[in-house]
Amino acid sequence: MDERKGWSWRLAGLLSPAAFWLGIFFMLPLMLILVYSFGRSGVYGDITITFDPSNYLRVFDPLYLEIIGRSLAIAGLTTLFCFALGYPLAYFITFKGGRWKLALLLMVMIPFWTSLLVRAYAWVVILGGNGIANRSLQFLGITSEPLNLIFTPQAVMMGMVYSYLPFMILPLYASLEKFDSRLKEAAQDLGASRWHTFWKVTFPLSLPGVIAGSILVFIPSAGEFVIPDLLGGSRTVMTGNLIQQQFLNARDWAFGSALAVMLGVLMLGAILLYIRKVGTDKLEGV
Amino acid sequence: MAKRISRGRFLKTMGAGAVAGSTFSILSCSVSTSPQSSGDGGGNGGGGNGGGGNSLNLYNWSDYVAEETLPGFEEETGIRVTQDFYASNEELLARLQSGAAGYDVIVPSDYMVAIMQKSGVLQELDFEQIPNFENVGEEFRGLSYDPENNFSVPYQWGTTGLLYNRAEIGEITSWDAIFDPEFEGRIAMIDDVRETLGAALMSLGYSINSTDEAELEEAQSLLVEQKPLLRGYFDSTEITPLVENGDILIGHVFSGDGMTPTMDNEDLAYIIPEPGATRWTDNMCIPNGAANVEGAHQFINYILAAGPGAALTNYTYYGTPNEAALPDIDEELTDIPEYDPPDEVFDRLQVIEDVGEATRMYERIFTEVKSS
Repeated sequence: MDERKGWSWRLAGLLSPAAFWLGIFFMLPLMLILVYSFGRSGVYGDITITFDPSNYLRVFDPLYLEIIGRSLAIAGLTTLFCFALGYPLAYFITFKGGRWKLALLLMVMIPFWTSLLVRAYAWVVILGGNGIANRSLQFLGITSEPLNLIFTPQAVMMGMVYSYLPFMILPLYASLEKFDSRLKEAAQDLGASRWHTFWKVTFPLSLPGVIAGSILVFIPSAGEFVIPDLLGGSRTVMTGNLIQQQFLNARDWAFGSALAVMLGVLMLGAILLYIRKVGTDKLEGV
Repeated sequence: MAKRISRGRFLKTMGAGAVAGSTFSILSCSVSTSPQSSGDGGGNGGGGNGGGGNSLNLYNWSDYVAEETLPGFEEETGIRVTQDFYASNEELLARLQSGAAGYDVIVPSDYMVAIMQKSGVLQELDFEQIPNFENVGEEFRGLSYDPENNFSVPYQWGTTGLLYNRAEIGEITSWDAIFDPEFEGRIAMIDDVRETLGAALMSLGYSINSTDEAELEEAQSLLVEQKPLLRGYFDSTEITPLVENGDILIGHVFSGDGMTPTMDNEDLAYIIPEPGATRWTDNMCIPNGAANVEGAHQFINYILAAGPGAALTNYTYYGTPNEAALPDIDEELTDIPEYDPPDEVFDRLQVIEDVGEATRMYERIFTEVKSS
């Protein structure tokens, strides 16, 4: 009994820094946002704390619903592209990387060494009218005039995939790395084609990585607001931009909070649904 | 309302302040401009060191002091200035309201002075300590947003107009050019609700401060129609290089950003479009909670002296309210008619005022335009 109690004290001791950190810097602000979301913003930004659900009703304005829907679609598309690009790459690094494995992984991570803003701004320079991309195209005689590469929806998509790709590759690598290659041999010994082996053995076993990667890409991209501004010329409004505007321009923290809460709830729902559909069912089937 | 920020400075600022896309990193970039002190990396939620008579925290628009301004002030007073930057009046207000303390001098624009005074974040100035106020021109005193100059002293002023490639499209005189399908994809507007919606309102002949729903709706549909013609909505400082390198032909910019490139490129010109354009005034104010109130007054007084005032304008290319500085303004600047517009132009300039409740309507319209 005593011993168990000792353990729990020790455990509490170990957990308390994290609990303290999350409590102060995560739970408290989250609670504040929840309280604000039911408040009422004055014209000059002051907030009256009440229990007024009208901020949530305003979210159902078709304009805002469209923006939220668009954000989720863009985030979904980003996740899909990241998966399509990331899976083969993670597969290659794991199984064919050999002694280059570490170097290859490092190359995936190197962009993280500088800030997202600087990297996004680098794309503005690369894709600009006088940028490297356009000059190369013209030098090679492929185009005669500068193309509009930057400040387009395509540039936003590219920037999102570029920024979040490592979040997909790393969990995929982690889960493929644990894969026991003898299972592959066994499948092939039993007559499965390589294609069959992949779909019936390798892929299902890498699903935890797929799920983790998708979530890590989907969540931040749905709330993204820097990339649409920098690479899209602010012509696409995403939920992140909308929330930012409420806090900084409209002086409407209450509505901004309600939007943030709604986005959080929506994402949580989407992720639970996703884990249910793709996750546990398949995992149980394995 | 100046958003002068050079590319090099932009990257430096972003690099210092940014932590991999975290929400507020873009909003809180802090760079120390005083040669001796080192940058504090940004995001510290307020001015750096608390009290102390020999340091001053200036919260300003980027690239809005001359190179010699802060060193000159330090030499004269021994007070070392640390500078933080914001990108919009609204951001400045949000930071002050969220409790950021320790800033000694801030530089809000006209309508924001009125808003800030109403929300009680400013303290009254002591003019005993600002003898150089006598240098402020008559037409820059007692402006509508602070009729008694209780809270604010003018810093710089300017207009918002169009920078365009005259060599390619010929002379233009009015806002019509930014709605002309001929320039599809070669137009950029300022990413600021009051300026861009204001441009639409003024081009329709309405007040920039209209709260009339029908007028605002008309302006909205004009902007929705315009959107396919746009390259995008940017900060004024980002638009200037786009015009310079030929990416776009017409850019909506603040006057300093508009006149600077015309100095060494004859093809480019800045105009104050018809029928009306924005005239704005940025002001020095002292927020509540300032740690060095005396130093703040000294700084305001320093800026209003002849030499420092002229240095400021010769660097930013924005107008000075400081009459003592006028003789020292560079001639190449005073030669540009748009720098100091003649009366008939001056008379059609409009000043942005706080629209109160209608702020939300403005925001919603701009959101609707941008997501159309």
